[in-house]
This record gives sequence, structure tokens and C-alpha cells, in this order.
Amino acid sequence: MIFGRRKKMQQAAHGRSLFSDALRRLRSNKAALASIGVLGFIVVAVVVGPWLSPHNYFAQDYGAIWVAPTTTDAHWFGTDGLGRDLFVRALEGGRISLMIGFVATLVSLVIGVAYGATAGYAGGRVDGVMMRIVDILYAMPFLFFVILLMVFFGRNILLIFVAIGAINWLDMARIVRGQTLALKQQPFIEAARMSGAPAVSIIARHIVPNLLGVVAVYITLTIPQVILFESFLSFLGLGVAEPATSWGALIKDGADEMNRAPWLLIVPAVFLAATLFCFNFIGDGLRDALDPKDR
Amino acid sequence: MLSYALRRLLGAIPTLFILLTLAFVMMRAAPGGPFDADRELPPQVRANLEAKYPLDEPLYQQYGRYIWDIAHFDFGPSFQYRDTSVNDLIASGFPVSLKLGAASLAFALIFGIPLGMLAALRQNRPADYGAMAIAMLGISIPNFVLAPLMILVLAVYNDWLPAGGLGGWQNYVMPVLALGTAMMAYVARLARGSTIEVMRSNYIRTARAKGLSAARVVWVHALPAALTPIVSFLGPAAAGIITGSVVIETIFGIPGLGQFFVQGALNRDYTLVMGVVLFYGILIVAFNLAVDLLYGWLDPRVSY
Repeated sequence: MIFGRRKKMQQAAHGRSLFSDALRRLRSNKAALASIGVLGFIVVAVVVGPWLSPHNYFAQDYGAIWVAPTTTDAHWFGTDGLGRDLFVRALEGGRISLMIGFVATLVSLVIGVAYGATAGYAGGRVDGVMMRIVDILYAMPFLFFVILLMVFFGRNILLIFVAIGAINWLDMARIVRGQTLALKQQPFIEAARMSGAPAVSIIARHIVPNLLGVVAVYITLTIPQVILFESFLSFLGLGVAEPATSWGALIKDGADEMNRAPWLLIVPAVFLAATLFCFNFIGDGLRDALDPKDR
Repeated sequence: MLSYALRRLLGAIPTLFILLTLAFVMMRAAPGGPFDADRELPPQVRANLEAKYPLDEPLYQQYGRYIWDIAHFDFGPSFQYRDTSVNDLIASGFPVSLKLGAASLAFALIFGIPLGMLAALRQNRPADYGAMAIAMLGISIPNFVLAPLMILVLAVYNDWLPAGGLGGWQNYVMPVLALGTAMMAYVARLARGSTIEVMRSNYIRTARAKGLSAARVVWVHALPAALTPIVSFLGPAAAGIITGSVVIETIFGIPGLGQFFVQGALNRDYTLVMGVVLFYGILIVAFNLAVDLLYGWLDPRVSY
């Protein structure tokens, strides 16, 4: 009895952190939860799925050309004009699309957070110059330059990562800078400065960890953008090169042959749209959970 | 206001200058030249060609000439289309692209704003959820997926609309839908968010307390304030439409700037590609300036 009461008091004294509050709100958001489930399923399918099929993604089977989705011979999603199995190709393409999404987002994250936090923390003239550079870069039609890079220097996955990451950090830098400016006024930063901590460690130890919420939301909204962008490049025939594939490349192949074999278009289109849909819902859910102003 | 516009114009100069330099460097750094045909050209022919499109001068001279020409709105001759200047190509492609882009933007605004406001006024009720689900679908289905699917359903399975090319208004229906749907979805989400915020503000409560009708409160008092975030979205929206038009024009075989860009890039038609990129860059800078001025006019609290 006494024990129980004490426990209750401890709970009351513990209070609710922003994070646990946000988690609770996220849990009550059914759309976001369902999206996490579907997305998890897609990720697992993409990683494990290709091993479940007897086929591989580049083997050509001239005995099975333009096969519509069927259970015979395990062509669950059908085959293309070269007799390649679409089930394996769709999942293999998903591996590439998702990997590009994650890696390129990571690149933009690292650059954007470092740049934005530095500009925001330094303030004054340094901040002015750094942000002016971002403004100038912002006005560039970068996408066209990426397309040109792909055309001029050949299609290579590394270049795609770097190019996409290099574009996307601009937004991140702006958001992080804004947050840093607000954080800088907080007493605990003052205290750290008073105690003589160097600027680098204040940024790394005190500023960046406090940006995580905003950054998390932004990551979930950046990943689908990046996937979309890679698909866009691949659709134009400028993304990943054969025999490797991605959802965008598959959609392009499917669009070329949709009169004869609509499944070639529909299967990768559904995968891509479902993935983007889930990421967007999760990003929305996270934003509402961390900043429930508009709910 | 005027001095602000002038300052912004001056501020755009370094941006455009960097754009130009980047364009020039990339053009020269790119491996392979415009005269790398399947068949090796005789050296004399090659030298003559290079002299004609001054490629034989030292680089700094070429750079100077390039800047000078661009400053006079001369984008140079096209490498691929003989006897045609890039200016001519842009002049022939831009009106088509402009028509497509403007129609898409109009579609996005005409359907997106009411959809978002409807959702806001019925917040957390079925109409809201329905509208936002539509918006989320619109954002998540890329235009290059939507376009072939529409062609499949509307042109191949049912012979309702032409699958491509240019002709009457029917040719524009699918491209505009494909290009405008994602934009509409973004506009609807923005309109919802801003309307919710505005409807909670004090002056709306005052308007209500005066006994104004609900319609008057929404359309006369809330609408202008709710529109401001959409106005500032117009800049990115225009950039998005320009990007999207590249792929949409390719899919539907529309002879606009986007298609020239893709064809030019694949054919290494340097001057054409750079001309189009620069043209787009200038367009985006100009559009953003116009949007910022419009923003100040709509929202008197913004001062320059």
C-alpha cells in the first residue's frame, strides 16, 4: 500500500518529457502507425524477397517472355520482354531506390546540420555571409545541372548520391540555422559558454542533440524526395545503369511497353507510390507529434 | 518598394553570374564534344567548324565572349540544329511550355485552395480526412507515374483523349492534370493549415461577433490572410512546374523547352542546353522577385 503510493508519487514527480509526449501522440495517429507497418513490410520484402524467388534480376528466360503475373514457374509479377522476372526486379529496384534514399539523405543531413548549426551559432557577419551563399545556391536550377552531370560524366550511383545530397542540404541548413538561433538564447547554452566550453563542443554536444526532433521530421520528408528525384532521373534514362535497376527505371520500361504488358508499369508504380505515401504520412505524423499546434 | 525591387534585382546579379560561370565550366569540362560524330571528321572540316563556333580561342576569351553574348540576350547558335540559333529554339518552345505551365498552375490553385479551405472549415471531420487523403495521394504519386497511367486508361483502353502531340485543347488535358496534381495537393495542404490558423485569430472572432455571415467572414476576412503562404509557395511551385515539364513534355511529345532540354542534353548540344538552363534560371529569379513583391502587397505587415 505504502509502496504503491510511493511509486505513484515518483511517477508524478517524473513529469513528461517532450519526447515521451510526442511518442504518445504519434502512437494515437493511426495513419502514421499503419504507414510505419507498411513501410517496414516493404523494407523487409526488398531485403529478403529476392531470395524467396528462384529467379535473379538479370537472368533472361526466352521461354517466358511477356508473361502476365502468374503462379506457374514462380513469375508472381510476370516477366518483361527479355524474360526477366518482375518480382525480383521490382524488389531489387527497391533496394537501390531505398538505398539511394537513405544514403543521399544522410549526406545532406551531415552537410546541412554542420553548416546550419555553425552559421546559427556564429551569428553576425559569418551567419550573414553563409546564409547569403545558401540563398544564391537556392536560386540555381540544380536539377538541370544534375541531369547534365549524368549526361556528361556517365551514369554512376556514387555521382547520384553526391549530387542529390549536395542539393538537398540547403533546406536542412536553413531549418537547422533557425533552430540554432533560438537555442542559442537558452540558459544552458550560456552556462556551457560561461564554463569555457569551446564553440565546437557546444555545437556538437549541446546544440545538435537538441535539434534532433526537427531533424527527424525533416529526414522523413527528405527521404521520399530523394527517392522521387532518383526515380525521375532514372525515368529520363539518366539514373542507375543496366543491368542494375530502380523503381524509376522500371517505371520507364513499363511506360514504354504499357500497351502490351501493363503489369510492367503498374507493379513498380504501386511500390514507389506506396513507399512515398508511407514516408509522407510518417513525416506528417512526426511533425504533428512534435508540434501539435494545428491538430 | 521601388528601392527594394532595385536592390533585389542587383542581388540577383551575383546569382546569375555564378549560374553563368557554372554553366560555362560544365560545358567545357564535359568529355566529348558536339562534333564527335560516329564518323571522325576530316581535320580541316573540324578546324573550320571550331573556328565558326569560336572553340579555338583561349578559354578566357571564350568565357568573356560568352558573358558578353548572354548579356545581350544572345544564346548563340545551336550545335545540333544547323542554321538555327538557340534564341529561335527558345522562342518556339517557350510559348508551348508557358501555356502548359500556366494552365497547370491555374488548375492547382483553382482546385487546391477551395479543397484546403473546405478541409480547414470541417477540421477533423470526414470531409477534412477525405480532402487530406486526396492531397496525400496527389503528393505521393509522381507525375511520371500519373502520366503513363492516365494515357493507359484514357487514351489506350478508352479512346477519350489523344495520347500525345499538340492540337486542340484535348491535347492539354492530360499533361495539365499530370503536371498540376501534385501542385494542387501541396496548395490544398497549405491552404488548410493557414486557414485553420487564421480562423483562430482575434480579428476573425471580432468579425463573427459583429454578426457577419459565415460566408462573409470566410471569403472577405479570412481568405486574403489565408492566401499569403500560398503566394510564397508560388516561387518553389514555378520551379517544380519547370522541372516537371521536362518529363511531362517528353512523355506526351510536346515540343516545348523541356523536350529541347532533354534532347539537347542527350545530343550534347551545349549551347542549347545551357541556353535553356540559363533561361530557366533567369525566369525563376524573376518569378521569385515578382512573388515577393506580391507578398508585400497582400500582407501590409511585411515591410521592405
